Amino acid sequence: MKILIVDDFSTMRRIIKNLLRDLGFTNTSEADDGVTALPMLQNGAFDFLVTDWNMPGMSGIDLLRQVRADERLRHLPVLMVTAEAKREQIIEAAQAGVNGYVVKPFTAQVLKEKIEKIFERVNS
Amino acid sequence: MEHKDSSMGDFESTLKKHAHELVSSLEKGKFGEAVQLIHELNQTRDRGLYQEVGKLTRELHSAIVNFQIDPHMPQAEEVSQITDATERLSYVVRLTEGAANRTMDLVEQSQPLMSGLSEDARALSKDWGRFMRREVGAEEFRELARKVDGFLSRSEKETALVGTHLNDILLAQDYQDLTGQVIKRVTQLVTEVESNLLKLVLMASQVDRFAGIQHDEDAIRAENDPEKHLSQGEGPQIHADKREDVVSGQDDVDDLLSSLGF
Repeated sequence: MKILIVDDFSTMRRIIKNLLRDLGFTNTSEADDGVTALPMLQNGAFDFLVTDWNMPGMSGIDLLRQVRADERLRHLPVLMVTAEAKREQIIEAAQAGVNGYVVKPFTAQVLKEKIEKIFERVNS
Repeated sequence: MEHKDSSMGDFESTLKKHAHELVSSLEKGKFGEAVQLIHELNQTRDRGLYQEVGKLTRELHSAIVNFQIDPHMPQAEEVSQITDATERLSYVVRLTEGAANRTMDLVEQSQPLMSGLSEDARALSKDWGRFMRREVGAEEFRELARKVDGFLSRSEKETALVGTHLNDILLAQDYQDLTGQVIKRVTQLVTEVESNLLKLVLMASQVDRFAGIQHDEDAIRAENDPEKHLSQGEGPQIHADKREDVVSGQDDVDDLLSSLGF
């Protein structure tokens, strides 16, 4: 299971990386915005994408749209982990095809639940 | 503000007074006098505007100059090069990032120690149970005693190390004090600049009134339309509990998504 973590803050990437490791996902890579993440996704055979929304360069919502528009990436499960908490934004992300949405600040338990739920759906 | 009111008041009373004089001059056919009156009116208006702009410029300038480092701050030397808000805030980002990384380093160093001790304790307690049930022979007991001895000295050493790490984690939180001071100063500057800008806006509205300028309100509203900037993101919501259009936590997000069929 290869996971890409996209967030412009290295500390947040590190926190997510540590939480994922606790959940048994040790194969993770990092990118600091959509512009760097997209080519990694296109070349890297990732199984899962965890992305922030608000980032310089390409935002998480734009990255999500690019992923869904890409023939080879369109089925990649995407979890958004973000401080963006407006209802409209959550609806926008859902319409863009997000698989899960976690608002910061979050707990390890919430992250675990959402990831498990996404994999249950993907595998069923 | 008082000064501004009085200068605007001056202008208004001069305007009223001169208007009557102007009409009577025109009626009497004294065009030279009329032109002189118009000239005086212009001068009064310009003088008021110049004074206001000058005053606001001085206030803005002093607000910026006042945004200097207090030399009595313990970090004066390090912070003294930071002369503008952007740099100050970058300093906050740097400091908080450093503290977060230091804390995570220490946690990552402590985790294997704790899980190692926990595993050893579990293994030992299994052996100890067998010993209590008299299932351990003399040879094996010597081995067990050696393990217990090793475990005790190891746990003494490693728990002390974890204790040191915990203490260092505590110390890593000192950024709160420093960043708090910096942020307070930036907030102060923002407040000062805002009040000066507000004066400028009020003055501009007076100018609009006298000069009869009309603005395209729709265009201004369209420019400020929050919808337009939605995909850019807004960052953390400070008053999530008071706003209807914002979720107040993960449960709200889950409810909203399940209402959308997720």
